[in-house]
Amino acid sequence: MAPFVVRRLAGMIAVLFAISVIVFLIFNVIPNSDPAQRMAGKNATPQLIANITEEWGFDEPLPEQYLKTMELIFTGELVSYSSRLDVDEEIRKGLPATASLCIGAAVIWMFFGILFGYLSAMRAGRLTDRVLTALALAGISMPVFLLASVFLYYLTFRVELFPSSGYVPLTENPLDWAYHLILPWTTLAVLFVGFYSRVLRSNMLEAMNEDYVRTARAKGLDERRVMTRHVLRNSLIPIVTLFGLDFAAVIGGGAIITESIFSLGGVGQYAADSISNLDLPPIMAVTLFGAFFVVLFNTVVDIVYAYLDPRIRLEGGRQ
Amino acid sequence: MTSRGPAGGRGPPRIALRRLRSNRPALAALGLFVAIVVFVLAAPLWAREVAETGPNATHTVEKIEVDGERRDVVTPDGTPIGPVWLGAGGKFFLGADGRLGRDEMVRLMYGGRTSLLIGITAALLTTVLAVVLGLVAGYYRGWRDSVISRSLDVIWAFPVVLLGIALGTALAVGGLELGPISISSGSIWIPILIIGFVYTPYMARPIRGEVLALREREFVEAAVARGAGPLGVMFGELLPNLWSTIIVFFTLAVANNMLLEAALSFLGAGVQPPSSSWGTMVSSGFELIYSAPLLAIAPGVLILLTVLALNVFGDGLRDALDPRSKVRLQFEAHTGTYEPEEEVA
Repeated sequence: MAPFVVRRLAGMIAVLFAISVIVFLIFNVIPNSDPAQRMAGKNATPQLIANITEEWGFDEPLPEQYLKTMELIFTGELVSYSSRLDVDEEIRKGLPATASLCIGAAVIWMFFGILFGYLSAMRAGRLTDRVLTALALAGISMPVFLLASVFLYYLTFRVELFPSSGYVPLTENPLDWAYHLILPWTTLAVLFVGFYSRVLRSNMLEAMNEDYVRTARAKGLDERRVMTRHVLRNSLIPIVTLFGLDFAAVIGGGAIITESIFSLGGVGQYAADSISNLDLPPIMAVTLFGAFFVVLFNTVVDIVYAYLDPRIRLEGGRQ
Repeated sequence: MTSRGPAGGRGPPRIALRRLRSNRPALAALGLFVAIVVFVLAAPLWAREVAETGPNATHTVEKIEVDGERRDVVTPDGTPIGPVWLGAGGKFFLGADGRLGRDEMVRLMYGGRTSLLIGITAALLTTVLAVVLGLVAGYYRGWRDSVISRSLDVIWAFPVVLLGIALGTALAVGGLELGPISISSGSIWIPILIIGFVYTPYMARPIRGEVLALREREFVEAAVARGAGPLGVMFGELLPNLWSTIIVFFTLAVANNMLLEAALSFLGAGVQPPSSSWGTMVSSGFELIYSAPLLAIAPGVLILLTVLALNVFGDGLRDALDPRSKVRLQFEAHTGTYEPEEEVA
């Protein structure tokens, strides 16, 4: 186990470093204009630009610039020059809302994804399967903002069933918290419900032809048991892998549109607002932290996996 | 009819075509996609002959005659006229788009051109990059494979939307100058390059895996024995065996690209004004979501239909080209999930 963990952590550090270099290149080197001017945003005075050039080291060689940039981001000294707000502080403030949205949506998408996938595989080729397959295809083809605009117009405006925006902290009022999050949760989850049910369905259909399923039937297990204990259980393994990747990606930046439409005040909305103002420092920080989170989360998932399944640590890792 | 191959058997492409022809949902999807393409191609015709206005022409203070009644295109308080269907002879078929009073139908048709153009061009870019990288990595293995695979891993570690946003906003301010390539900040080449680049790992990795397996087969050995060089093997022997994967992937990539384009444009990190796409139209439509919901919903529905058509057709293609395919080439737009396949040892 220990060699695997060490190897995995070393790989992780290399990827984190590469990510930080790429983020640095994207924001400070690749675009074709004065980086200080870009960072300054809307109210760029010559004085401000001179200060930024000094602070970020834009007149120094690239390695120096890289170090100064990372120092700014990781010591929490990064400020948005448009809004004058501290970037790390704003991100921290947004975390509870983003986490609430993503965790709730994840519970919904796992539950319905598995339920629909299971039903679909059980009734493969019949009407239930066809309807569910069509719905799943619609789900994966659905642009988030279309579902959100239909919800907003019909469920918060025409029929005032739900609030259209705002986030109530869980600690303040759990019921109100959930009530405000139902529409955002659904919006975010629909895509994954479609995707997961399709993957689970095809995994189950494949597993049904396995020898162990025949063995289970041969030893006289009833059909229900065969399906839940043998077919479903084994088909869930790739779903769990996918879930690790998707959940990290959603927290790390996949919920930006949902958050900004429903004004949840989370990290995603902060990013969306910064984009519309072309305010680069917050976008840079969110990109870096988002990608870091994805890598860290996946490393943890990998290590847990290796702990649970010895085959993986002997073969050298999931992938 | 001339017989093909031994015993007059049919070649794989014909078998695939026959399978595809008996797949009704896939055919319907193809029909829907063709209809959408015709819809956007007809934009100049509709603009000139029916609506008699352009996509960017404003009609702020004008009045039009709807069923004999004169109405403001934009009321003094800034509300645009709703859909009048054929009430004004096709003008303002779907109403006006906001304070500027532009013809929504004309804008939808022209905006769709941008969306489709970006989706298709970016998919071409991804395909070329992914095929070249996948061939080189899978054929040579060794250090070339390590360099390519590790680089792809790093890009893959970014959430797709986030990487798109980072590139989109950074380039929206400055434009791009890389060696001989120079692109100004408002160009639609910027979203095309970004989207094509961001999705490359999702296609290159499975292609590399397939090349790794293919290169061990006898026909490659035979080609080498005949004296074929690396390029000859890669493009003459391996590439023809990748076509079915490439075609399926390309179709699904166009769908995903259109979703990503819409997402980026919605946030302001994709298509920049004065160009417009379905994504930018949803974005501006959202400002009037309660007074004129159609402005956000109509372009959204068109995106949904196009993407759905491509996804269903892509599925049908995959079933037709390789019904036993175990490689599930699913990748998914909003977060860029890629289902890891079994590595070929």
